[in-house]
Amino acid sequence: MNDLKARIAARAAEELHPGEVVNLGIGIPNLIPGFLGPDTSVVLHTENGLLGVGPRPGDGELDPDLIDAAKQPITALPGAAYFDSATSFAMIRGGHVDVAVLGALEVSGEGDIANWAVPGKDVLGVGGAMDLVVGARRVIVTMTSTSSRGEPKVVERCTYPLTAAGAVDVVVTELSVFRRIDGALHLTELLDGATVEDVAAVTTAPFVVALEESHVR
Amino acid sequence: MTVTTVISAEEAVGRIRTGDTVMVGGFGLVGAPLRLIDALVEASDATDLTIVSNNIGEPGRGLGKLLRQGRIRRGISSYFTSNPEAVAAVNAGEIEATLVPQGTFAEAIRAGGAGIGGFYTPVGAGTLLADGKEKRVIDGVTHVLEEPICADVSLVYAARADELGNLWYRRTARNFNPLMATAATVTIAEAGEIVPVGALDPESVVTPHLYVDHVVASA
Repeated sequence: MNDLKARIAARAAEELHPGEVVNLGIGIPNLIPGFLGPDTSVVLHTENGLLGVGPRPGDGELDPDLIDAAKQPITALPGAAYFDSATSFAMIRGGHVDVAVLGALEVSGEGDIANWAVPGKDVLGVGGAMDLVVGARRVIVTMTSTSSRGEPKVVERCTYPLTAAGAVDVVVTELSVFRRIDGALHLTELLDGATVEDVAAVTTAPFVVALEESHVR
Repeated sequence: MTVTTVISAEEAVGRIRTGDTVMVGGFGLVGAPLRLIDALVEASDATDLTIVSNNIGEPGRGLGKLLRQGRIRRGISSYFTSNPEAVAAVNAGEIEATLVPQGTFAEAIRAGGAGIGGFYTPVGAGTLLADGKEKRVIDGVTHVLEEPICADVSLVYAARADELGNLWYRRTARNFNPLMATAATVTIAEAGEIVPVGALDPESVVTPHLYVDHVVASA
């Protein structure tokens, strides 16, 4: 497992509260269950039709009719429920899913998110991303602070096609946690020894430094 | 009213005509009516089809076979990307692609089957996928008007059907199948198992038989 991504997932896991219904996207969000602990009361929703996603199946437990939205095999926990896709997205749009955790290509200071299309490449797969970022009560983005080419991902204005405008509440990178408070981006936490200067060097969005006391390390 | 008949897959796909819009259930290949798709590939010459399905199969699998035959004119999907050959066909101008957010896709099919003329959703507002669509501000939030999706024929998969066409689905193989069963002129259900009338608990029936025209055994 990529250590950087694991650290981001571990910090994002702390954002999830007991009893919340959470939908996890592909990539870093999918690492989060490993950090929730076996006794977590967080309930995982997968948009292809299951509330109560359990761990990956062991040998002999594999069921071809039981997958998550990443099309990977899963199990269902006691108390789980199955439903069709219209019901699943009614849950999402209707605000019954507490949190969506997703990856992104870019997030702007206004909370705009771009995570489905790269211009000049394929713009042919959106899946449930737009529904999730609009519908979930809280949207948490997990991503590295820069792209593989070293370009900032927390930006003044998204250059990639938007998934939704003004939808993001929290951004967790390997360097920091940003929260959008009263419409403005706030740097609330520095991670793993990063400094405000480190964050500023890879962030083109304007942000307010508002480090939470308990997180100044 | 409908009188459901249990027929062969080859006979069933004979209902599909050139130029038809065909809905096909499944999330990827899970819950996809693979026996019916194979019959469409092997025993039908209907072409110029519009396929309504969350994905266009995978390379050489499921609807990916039909794609390789060049019989798909247009796809309406949320995720073409799961089949790189579908993406290549779109980029080469061989098929027309209509990309729809997955929840809107599901709801539009539900609306199509429920006689609803459209609905306003906040999903997609301010994005490329809302270009050219009517907008309305409701409660301070921009919504996009989405029209219903209907089809000439639906191909769905259920783990169990009775001889009347009542359907029961298993786990996440349910996905779009119950929605698509409602939204076509002709609904053909492939079933893993066909049981006598009375063998399904009425409380467990997800798709009541009035939606289903033909039942086909998977094997």
